[in-house]
Amino acid sequence: MHRIRVRVVEDALDANNTIARANRADFDRHGVTVVNLMSAPGSGKTSLLERLLAGGLAGSRVGVLEGDVQGSLDADRLASLHVPVTQLNTDPGFGGECHLDANMVRSALPELPLDEIDLLMIENVGNLVCPAEFRVGEDVRVMVSSVTEGEDKPLKYPLMFRTCDLVLVNKIDLLPHLDVDLDRFLSNLDLVHPDVPRMLVSAKTGEGVDGWRDWLAEIVARPAAVPA
Amino acid sequence: MHELSVASAIIDTAARHAGGRRVTAVYVRAGQLRQVVPESLAFYFEHVARDTLCEGARLELELVPARLLCEACEHDWKLDEAVFRCPRCGAREVRVTSGEELEVESIEIEEGACIASA
Repeated sequence: MHRIRVRVVEDALDANNTIARANRADFDRHGVTVVNLMSAPGSGKTSLLERLLAGGLAGSRVGVLEGDVQGSLDADRLASLHVPVTQLNTDPGFGGECHLDANMVRSALPELPLDEIDLLMIENVGNLVCPAEFRVGEDVRVMVSSVTEGEDKPLKYPLMFRTCDLVLVNKIDLLPHLDVDLDRFLSNLDLVHPDVPRMLVSAKTGEGVDGWRDWLAEIVARPAAVPA
Repeated sequence: MHELSVASAIIDTAARHAGGRRVTAVYVRAGQLRQVVPESLAFYFEHVARDTLCEGARLELELVPARLLCEACEHDWKLDEAVFRCPRCGAREVRVTSGEELEVESIEIEEGACIASA
């Protein structure tokens, strides 16, 4: 059989990026700002969302899209805060995908009350690698890194730390009990993503969450970029 | 886990360009910053390729080193650890010139044997 070599030169994630752009255009049309919230498992994404939502968001109506491999534990927790929560399980994929991709978010669009919200918080699956690769149509990416994860994480997961627009350093209430060196974490962060905005927060005590709330309010107020 | 997603994306891209013909090799360029583990990618590639046009195809993976360019002093260097700051002048304004690719460069297909509609 004759074999030929065909030039392709295409980003392997082009298909995902195309769908992400379509999602983004739909969100923009409804005037919804979208945050992709990412972290390792157990960094406190859901707890931070609880803190954030309990205090409201100065006139902005917030909705949540919960991405999990299985179950609706996180969605159940947030539903008690009287915000619309939509659950997205990645389980039907290959043994449960470890991240959200643009197509999964697209499939959830009909269930999202886009006309009733101004800000959609997408809580990604807990994972420091894959979610960084897959855009879902977000305006900004926020990642949570808790102090219990150690100082070296930016150096170990540069893709994730380089791709985000804000880093929330969570669980700072635990600092007195840990050997972790916060300054070293922050200088490692600066090596990987110089000057990326960062905030020290505690979902437990609520410290710093107001700063995040203000940051989000500013993002919501920002006019939507004209889609390319 | 990451490599599974990447393998699926590579196979989808290759199959889309195959025009319904069997793919015998897929040439991929993966930048160092994409943190792809070659052995893991090869494992998942073989698995995910089953029952697709890429079944049994060879994965030819080229790892592209990360290179950075300092926008202040134009120093150009190869990145060995994840430090995105100019080692010569200390500037933070640096640009990644290579190492972020995740690209299907080409595919090798069997000509004349269309086994599925494109």
